[in-house]
Amino acid sequence: MKASAFSYARATSIGNAIELLVAHGERAKVLAGGQSLMPAMNLRLLAPEWIVDIGGLSELRGISVNGGRITIGALTRHADLLRSTEVAAHAPLLAEATAHIAHPAIRNRGTIGGSLAHADPASELPACMVALDAIIIVRGAAGERRIPATEFFTGVYETTLSAAELLVAIELPAASRNSAHFFGEFARRHGDYAIVGLTAQGIVDNDGLNELRAVFFGVSDRPQPAKATASLIKTAVTPASLAQALEALGEELDPPEDQQANGAMRRHLAKVLLAQCVSKLLDRPELGAGGRP
Amino acid sequence: MTAPLPISLHVNGERVEAQVLPRLNLADFLREHLKLTGTHVGCEHGVCGACTVRVDGEIVRSCLTLSVQAHGAFVETIEGLSDSGEIADLQEAFRERNALQCGFCTPGMLIAAQDLLKQESDPDRAQIREHLSGNYCRCTGYQAIVDAVEKTARMRRERKP
Repeated sequence: MKASAFSYARATSIGNAIELLVAHGERAKVLAGGQSLMPAMNLRLLAPEWIVDIGGLSELRGISVNGGRITIGALTRHADLLRSTEVAAHAPLLAEATAHIAHPAIRNRGTIGGSLAHADPASELPACMVALDAIIIVRGAAGERRIPATEFFTGVYETTLSAAELLVAIELPAASRNSAHFFGEFARRHGDYAIVGLTAQGIVDNDGLNELRAVFFGVSDRPQPAKATASLIKTAVTPASLAQALEALGEELDPPEDQQANGAMRRHLAKVLLAQCVSKLLDRPELGAGGRP
Repeated sequence: MTAPLPISLHVNGERVEAQVLPRLNLADFLREHLKLTGTHVGCEHGVCGACTVRVDGEIVRSCLTLSVQAHGAFVETIEGLSDSGEIADLQEAFRERNALQCGFCTPGMLIAAQDLLKQESDPDRAQIREHLSGNYCRCTGYQAIVDAVEKTARMRRERKP
């Protein structure tokens, strides 16, 4: 189908974009790369009266590293993240995850801010932001708000961003020397939305997993941190303790059913991913089977 | 305004000025306004890849790009790539290997394949599959397409000194 009719405004500055959003409120949608918004509009899932196009605001583009923090402008495209030496060096999890987002033609237009504001529970970047303990920076008429990613996502396509605010950047702590990460997802076709995915950032030292932020996507209405991994921290992981953690994960998750998979299949795939994750982070291939002999 | 807006862009090297409704996507602009019907419209939500074109040298989905967003851009369609001879060898390899049957996906497939070949002179089959993963073909089963892209890469490498 085609999108229904709308009025179009090309924002000339961040301030102008916010003025337009304040004026039109819920009747307006922000257009960044359009790779989530345009499908939704073409399918008539969304029919905004106003489109505020921020695509020309070059001040929202770019990646910088300062004092152990990485700042990524909202209009930075997936293709830019993939090519960035800063992202590869300081946020390797993000680089690896981005390769799984859709296909080259989509990555050439889709933006990090757009993906986060859209908040599809099956998409990679929201979960990565939670795993990486990112701060989402939004701006409105009253000024800036810095929202922890852990509090930003509130449901299917829902966030704490108000209709009169613009997501302008995200900020991440740079990976440290002991940082280790894992990214894995199951999808029918490379680049499709994941049936289940896991993104994890941790710190590994001689004693094992010192810290682990493991976040699932595609299993809930928002990125879901796994609580079951707590039993694996600062302790010698054995096949039996991993099997127990996976059992606990199964009880903790209540994944939805859709045409791709039922809840039981998603729960099973989530356990497979967590076993792969722990096995990779500890560099112990024997744990990859999830504690089963 | 829901009224038409002026846009100015280059399409296949020619300057184009037009008045378009905001809701008009780039695929429909190319097809309906410019009669460049080589750009195909399949799913209209970014899944099938039939509408792939190049904007400022990079491949994009023209069904997910508004024509007003292409204001000031350099757009290249399958007609441009074909007429310039840029992909003559790739087209030949597709024909020889029967890498198309109904041909609906072929323009998008050719543009996506050329995009890979420009970035990677010696792609393996997995890389070819990954780069074309956003382009559906319902006839060939993909094997022949991957063969044709692989062969074109080989021929281009051999042609280079």
